[in-house]
Amino acid sequence: MIMGTITAANIYMPTMFDYDFMRNAFAAAAIVAVLAGAVGYFLVLRSQTFAGHALGHVGFTGATGAVLIGIAPLWGLVLVTVAAGIGMGLMGERLAERDVAVGLVLAFALALGLLFLHFFTAYATQATTLLFGNVLAVDVSTIWILLGLGVASLAMLATISRPLLFASLQPELAEAKGVSLRLYGVLFLTIVAVTTAECVQIVGVLLVFALMVGPAAAAQQVTGSVAAGVLVSAALALCEAWLGITLAYYTDWPSSFWIAALSAMAYVLAVLSRRLRGWRFA
Amino acid sequence: MNAIELRHVVLTLGGRTVLADISLDIPSGTFIGVLGPNGAGKTTLMRAILGLVPPDAGTVHVLGRAATRGNPVIGYMPQVRGTSSGLRLSGWDFVASAANGHRLGLPIPSKAARADIDRALDLVGAADLGRRPLAEMSGGERQRLLLAQTLIGQPQLLLLDEPLISLDPHRQQEVVELVKALQLELGITVLFSAHELNPLLNAIDQVLSLGGGQAALGAVEDVITGPVLSRLYGSEIEVLRVQGRIFVMSGSHDMERDAHLHDHGHDHGGEHIHADHV
Repeated sequence: MIMGTITAANIYMPTMFDYDFMRNAFAAAAIVAVLAGAVGYFLVLRSQTFAGHALGHVGFTGATGAVLIGIAPLWGLVLVTVAAGIGMGLMGERLAERDVAVGLVLAFALALGLLFLHFFTAYATQATTLLFGNVLAVDVSTIWILLGLGVASLAMLATISRPLLFASLQPELAEAKGVSLRLYGVLFLTIVAVTTAECVQIVGVLLVFALMVGPAAAAQQVTGSVAAGVLVSAALALCEAWLGITLAYYTDWPSSFWIAALSAMAYVLAVLSRRLRGWRFA
Repeated sequence: MNAIELRHVVLTLGGRTVLADISLDIPSGTFIGVLGPNGAGKTTLMRAILGLVPPDAGTVHVLGRAATRGNPVIGYMPQVRGTSSGLRLSGWDFVASAANGHRLGLPIPSKAARADIDRALDLVGAADLGRRPLAEMSGGERQRLLLAQTLIGQPQLLLLDEPLISLDPHRQQEVVELVKALQLELGITVLFSAHELNPLLNAIDQVLSLGGGQAALGAVEDVITGPVLSRLYGSEIEVLRVQGRIFVMSGSHDMERDAHLHDHGHDHGGEHIHADHV
């Protein structure tokens, strides 16, 4: 993708920011990464990463269903993931129940997705986009939707974050203090659902973990503070997303690959750096 | 004023009556050991005091007011203590999550809350634990943090549900001594439930013994006796005192099996009546 030769100073060298699709990609990735980093911190803290994974799969069904009936895949994604998130939150408030509840929703949704795919075989490209994402294809109107949903989700997370943290760390005590575990479980999974739908736009259904779990897990390796953890997680997600898109521009490899690779690498580095620090002080 | 007043309280759990028509007064500023076999209602009683379980009959008053959920005068350590032990969260942040944890907003403690958290950690001698991650703490160290957490908000009454479980005898003694020191220093009331009486003997002012839907409150020498425990457990109980330790013995194996039958869903229902009780 590097164009031209450097022979004359007056030949204009286009940078990646000269392309609309690149500017759109950076903007969309920024919105989604910050949201995913912050929400992911709580998701990892609550050991609910499987829920995020499952919501991604459910979202696939929503998106393919939306295309079948002729509406935008993003709205199908949002509607179905939110419905599934609320359903999962209502079905199980205890950790032991949660895995079963999530598994049941997941199995049913995948079966439906299979059915929709059955009617949908001509749109192989769209299916791939949903599965693996294509941030370079995001248009301006989608960015505005991502921004609106992202700001709303972050505002809601900020509002409930204190009782959510309490309920996550000490459920029995929180309940005794009057915190409804079920209410915050449902509200949080609603936020996770919207975040998942947003992540699908960037990295696709199958790589939601790259943005929502990787940066958060790495952040929890490097800091024991909640506030710092959320900030580091969001910052890491943003760096990984932007660097991933940049690398995709120069290598022509898929951006989702780069983002997922950077996410895994950041986590490994975080674990290693923590161990090194541990040895030094041991 | 009494810290806790129960009047003709009936508590049921899953259709089974755990406390039947109990009336008692727990004076303020006392350390009460709550004893009784599994299923005798130790946890249910604490949950009633917290306002989480409404009594089927009777009234529960805490420091002169009807029991209500989210009562700020009570500090509580539940028996089940979450699944946070593998997290790399710092001890300080863990304790901080309980400060105003029920209120909406960002989990960033105010200056006053920070001082309260520091004070609670200092009181239990856990200031150094505040900087370490939970995942690298021993059970006893996490126990200390949980105790610190009960002190957030300067409560007048501590409900500690089985704090000695899964601690070795040495650590058990440390926890009891720490709680006793806190109780005296802060002038608060402590309800401390346990399976065994002996670790608590030097700390408690009174013992609350639960069993068979009944309750007996009083000094150890008045309550931990053959006749009182026999009435509570519904079987022949003998109490032996040997070198400052107390042994509670069940006379008949058949009686122990009987206790099992009354104790739905608890595999170890009757074992405490046995000689290994203490």
